[in-house]
Amino acid sequence: MRLLLVIFGGLLLILSSVLTMCSSKEPISYNQDIRPVINNQCIACHGGVKKSAGLSFLTREEAMDSTESGLPAIVPGDAKHSELIKRLKHHDLEQRMPLEAKPLPEETIRKFEQWINEGAKWEKHWAFIPPQKDIEVPAVSKDWGKNGIDQFILQKLEIYDLAPEAKAEKAVLLRRLYLDLIGIPPSQQEAEAFLQDERPDAYEKLVDKLLASPHFGERWASMWLDLARYADSKGYEKDLNRNIWQYRDWVIKAFNNDMPFDQFTVEQLAGDLLPQPTEDQLIATAFHRNTMTNDEGGTVNEEFRTAAVIDRVSTTFEVWQGVTMGCVQCHSHPYDPVFHEEFYQFMDYFNNTIDADVYNERPLLFNYEEEDAEKVSELVSWLDERLPAERKVDQNALLHERKEQLLYNADYRRVEAESMHNNHQIIELIPDGQDVVWQIQDSTWIMFEDVDLTDVEAISFRCATPLSGKIEVKLDSLKGATLGEVTVNTTGSWDNPMMVKPEPALWKNLQTSITKTEGLHDVYYLFKKHRHTGQHLFHLDWIEYHEKTPLKETYDQEFNEKLEELASVKPMSTPIMGEKSPDRSRITHVFERGNWLVLGKEVSSAVPEIMGELPQGVPNNRLGMAQWLVNKDNPLTARVTVNRFWEQLFGYGLVETMEDFGSQGFAPSHPELLDWLAVQFMEEYDWSIKKLLKTMVMSATYQQASQASPEKIAKDPKNTYLARGPKVRLSSEQIRDQALAASGLLNPDIGGPSIMPPRPDMSNSNWTDWKTTEGKAQHRRGLYVFWRRTDPYPSMITFDSPVRNVCTSRRIRTNTPLQALTLLNDSVYYVAAEALAERMMENKQNDVDAQLEAGYRMLIFKAPSQEKLLLLKKLYDEALLHYQQVRMLSSTEVVSTKDTLPAETYAMRLVANALLNLDEVINKN
Amino acid sequence: MDFLSQAQLEIARYNTRRHFLKKCMSGLGAVALGSFIGCNPTVDGGNQLLAHNPLAPLNPHFSPKAKRVIFLHMAGAPSQLELFDYKPELQKLNGKSCPPSLLEGKRYPFLGESPMMMGPQASFKQYGASGTYVSEFLPHFASMVDDVTILKALHTDEFNHAPAQLLMHTGSPRLGRPSMGSWAVYGLGSENQNLPGFVVLLSGAENISAGKSAWGSGFLPTVYQGVQCRSKGDPVLYLSNPGKIDSKMRKLSIDIINDINEKEYQESGDPEILSRISQYELAFRMQTAVPEVMDINDEPQWVHEMYGTEPGRRSFANNCLLARRLLEQGVRFVQLFHRGWDHHGTGKGNGVDDGLKSMCQSVDQATTALVNDLKQRGLLEDTLVVWGGEFGRTPMMEARSGANYKGRDHHGDAFSMWLAGGGMKQGLSYGETDEIGFYGTKDRMHVHDLQATILHQLGMDHEKLTYTFQGREFRLTDVAGKVVKDILA
Repeated sequence: MRLLLVIFGGLLLILSSVLTMCSSKEPISYNQDIRPVINNQCIACHGGVKKSAGLSFLTREEAMDSTESGLPAIVPGDAKHSELIKRLKHHDLEQRMPLEAKPLPEETIRKFEQWINEGAKWEKHWAFIPPQKDIEVPAVSKDWGKNGIDQFILQKLEIYDLAPEAKAEKAVLLRRLYLDLIGIPPSQQEAEAFLQDERPDAYEKLVDKLLASPHFGERWASMWLDLARYADSKGYEKDLNRNIWQYRDWVIKAFNNDMPFDQFTVEQLAGDLLPQPTEDQLIATAFHRNTMTNDEGGTVNEEFRTAAVIDRVSTTFEVWQGVTMGCVQCHSHPYDPVFHEEFYQFMDYFNNTIDADVYNERPLLFNYEEEDAEKVSELVSWLDERLPAERKVDQNALLHERKEQLLYNADYRRVEAESMHNNHQIIELIPDGQDVVWQIQDSTWIMFEDVDLTDVEAISFRCATPLSGKIEVKLDSLKGATLGEVTVNTTGSWDNPMMVKPEPALWKNLQTSITKTEGLHDVYYLFKKHRHTGQHLFHLDWIEYHEKTPLKETYDQEFNEKLEELASVKPMSTPIMGEKSPDRSRITHVFERGNWLVLGKEVSSAVPEIMGELPQGVPNNRLGMAQWLVNKDNPLTARVTVNRFWEQLFGYGLVETMEDFGSQGFAPSHPELLDWLAVQFMEEYDWSIKKLLKTMVMSATYQQASQASPEKIAKDPKNTYLARGPKVRLSSEQIRDQALAASGLLNPDIGGPSIMPPRPDMSNSNWTDWKTTEGKAQHRRGLYVFWRRTDPYPSMITFDSPVRNVCTSRRIRTNTPLQALTLLNDSVYYVAAEALAERMMENKQNDVDAQLEAGYRMLIFKAPSQEKLLLLKKLYDEALLHYQQVRMLSSTEVVSTKDTLPAETYAMRLVANALLNLDEVINKN
Repeated sequence: MDFLSQAQLEIARYNTRRHFLKKCMSGLGAVALGSFIGCNPTVDGGNQLLAHNPLAPLNPHFSPKAKRVIFLHMAGAPSQLELFDYKPELQKLNGKSCPPSLLEGKRYPFLGESPMMMGPQASFKQYGASGTYVSEFLPHFASMVDDVTILKALHTDEFNHAPAQLLMHTGSPRLGRPSMGSWAVYGLGSENQNLPGFVVLLSGAENISAGKSAWGSGFLPTVYQGVQCRSKGDPVLYLSNPGKIDSKMRKLSIDIINDINEKEYQESGDPEILSRISQYELAFRMQTAVPEVMDINDEPQWVHEMYGTEPGRRSFANNCLLARRLLEQGVRFVQLFHRGWDHHGTGKGNGVDDGLKSMCQSVDQATTALVNDLKQRGLLEDTLVVWGGEFGRTPMMEARSGANYKGRDHHGDAFSMWLAGGGMKQGLSYGETDEIGFYGTKDRMHVHDLQATILHQLGMDHEKLTYTFQGREFRLTDVAGKVVKDILA
């Protein structure tokens, strides 16, 4: 026995020395062996926030540095003398690390020792290392798959002993493709065409057709608008309407035109800094004007401007780098090597834009609807031809600028309310539209810089007021000389003095002559009340300067009429980015603990060190920063982007935490596939999103059936390894669009101002009327539903759309009774059910079974199983009986006109209503 | 096989939502069924299917004193100086100019450069065994001072309505954070599966400044948002059946929907379908349960007299009675908003004299009735009642429309609220302000402290009730807040 033990012991000894030899040959990988332990066990106390005992594991530099004891915790090459190892092994519980926790397994401690002995080499977190350009598609044993994606997928499936599902049936693929690529189901004719297409490349042909569809851009804009936090209102208390839908249309157009993602990026972040930017490139910059602004009286604009700038920084990092920066506003990142100061260095790129949380949302791009644009262009040319040489407009300027120049050059000097800059808190632009009126209160004022007063004789005002008051025109300061003043008396009989938009009849033009003044001056308008009380003083539409001998008066009536006509064409406006001139630029400081009132060190523009540096030859400004993001050396942009598109098709990203590629995010399920796709996207597809999507949907992985055995589902419940096709609940937009499309109600118009479908909880606030859109426009796609931040459209929120106050990468899918109530009872869905029922009964030749089957086909594109058909029939029969009985019981009474429909119709409506609620209908299979 | 009970069973197996959500934000639907395993992707993670009901009741962190909360928010901010914080010294300063030093470095939306001090516009008397001073404007409240704790030195960081209301309810002045009720339901679930766990009732002028965000779920899943029960139309959106569908047909169609979904489950094996089946059942039960609880016609006459309720009206009194009915049914968090307390003195009826008095008349009887009613029913001991506005008002007069109108501007440095039931001390006044009620001098309490204390009474540690979003753990009290043990019984 003893002998045996000795032999055995000897064997163990040999074995263990063999093991040691083996492991010493295989060097320790920091990312595989050490980092996970540090992240889980150490960094909460020894990281970017807490540096207990002066030790931090955030960077190698910090980890090797001396601690509070004066000695470093790690001595590279010498585990024996490294305090870290002593502490991991310490017998005293108060000394042993991790504190108040189980000791690390011996095996782990041995790895730490080996790692230190090997020099304590550090590695960047995987996401900060650029993907390798020459990743090979793995060889796999099975003959399965259509492209590279499938080989990566199959390789993993083999490891986990899973087998792919068969290809989904054609009808399933048809519906999946339509919903995925354009967000609406096919029409019956389109479905028939595909289902009967026996050509081997029928599927690919369909893919190409859908990628070329004008609805493609709408579907993908839905995804992007969550990231852009797009909304039709400004947020905060008043949550006034914001005209920014042209940005939404820009996104649709960009996706439709397959604008390369690098260009897509640069135009949105810095289109205004491109040479001679086009209108479209300026509208693209509205991406970062989707930040909230606060119009509540008495708020400090700088506070909310700062909040918007911080949001731009966080959003930029989240959208393009998949890194969350919420922490770094207040302190260094606790887990990733990004430092507090670096947040503000990056913020400096955004800190010098002109916008400043003011009511009028300046800077704005003004442009015109197509017809108006032609008219303006013609008028400007006609008038410009007749102006003297020294007063001609700049032909290179954008249309609205040319119009403004022309009016000014002809001495037509009217300043509309929406273009007034307010410098005082209690002046408010009045909704809706905010294009006409200012609400002005006592002792408020506005100011215009550098107004040329030479030759100005008089100034007139268009006002409306229920009270009485006075406007004083002051020179160069509020206390400066009074150039003129007008008294404003009540301008008519007011039914409701508090009404925010006066009737046209209440508007009066008032004029004051002014003291003769030479040259450029700051002009102040001071608004004072008389004895009356009340909050509102008056509304102001415009101010006009009248010159002694305005050029326009030297022209004939025709010229002047055309001038008036030109002035009266209202432009559309979109908030855009604009950079302050260098002499007015702001200085960026670190905000101590994230508090904008406590300024720390001054900083200047830079990207965080861990994320590399600006590429050669780009300017160190917002434009250069954008180019840095889409530079092919940037480790994150392509990965983060392909991951987003993957998630939209497969339900989860390859990195599930799409918003966090940092060390606290999830590791990628298929790291090589992610990198391969990222490299393909940049190098092979030249950032083409359509090519990327085509690769994904052409894969066998995508085309699998989504059904699987319970055992298989239990083995991989979230379908991480994709041994079956995706099954995902439709998005709020897809659910709406599908119901409208299947019922034939969908209005497919693309673009334009947002719509307000009926809702029973209409807001009754003065500021934000929900004016239900009438007619066919009511049935436009979900993407166009007016997005009010403080009161979002109910069914959107119920089906998990984010509120869009901030950038959101992932919609969290829930399953709630409110969703059931919405689909069962919301009038939008019921109207769709009525229309669907009508379509089901359209073919009079059909018997009931055929009608029921037709309804199912309109949504699912195949016949229902016999069992399901029987259930639908049961529903129809019982409902029919019920409605016939109701009819009989009420037949003695006078039948109202509403009751004239046959009982069959009501029964079929109930069936249609049920169809729109089926699990297979609200899911993509 | 009964799929509903199968679903219920699977729900019961799984109730570690807080833990689960903290680790894995990946959603509650299709996702949640399997994502307990998916959080740490392993293929051999086991074959248990984990159905998941996000509103299933959960155990608190420790034994709670309160099971329910009703928060009566007087939106617009009532003046503490006319209601609770009696300042005879201020009367002596009435009409004198305010020393500029007092206003240095402070921000007020409307106060001019040199405002005058203004004495209390209501008279005060002592009431109850506690001898608490109460305003003549609140005669009913005066009768129950021995049941409540008045907080007199609360303070907030915000001086505008919307941000201050958001701070009060979400812990942050910015949009985007979950509200207190959402946190409570996220942390504790709901006792009644036929009603929403967090209900909001509105009365007074229009909606409140902060809008729906004051009861939004922020970054928490939308299932935790407050459900607004409306006095007109459907009490909950889309509760009533459209067209010619009556309750019998609705039941029939839901049965068929569920039967077809059951077939679909058999074909596809997707366990999320089981969850959908139970949600449709619940929707149907809500269609009955919600209108029932919202219909106050069945209350006896004496109850209507006690509250001053009139069925069918949109009123604060009706909402108080509804709140009691909801609490009785196990609703976790009821939030009332009553707007109209912003007494700037912009004109007649908008002063802290006339205007405030009439607002008090619209709430005093019903509020008192609510507390007494809860007490009689034995519910007060585990129901926490909270009453107050988003900030206080200045001891200075805001003479925007002349000195005839007694207005006060917004003031965040000192204001009063009161609490009753739910393990609070009784007959206590906590916190003191200086002689003019401008600043707290003793036992100041920040809004975050109030929130920490409310969560504490619900049995939750405000530092542990967290949710990971945008890479960091968020909580109701942001990075601050302490439980004020001095006011706990």
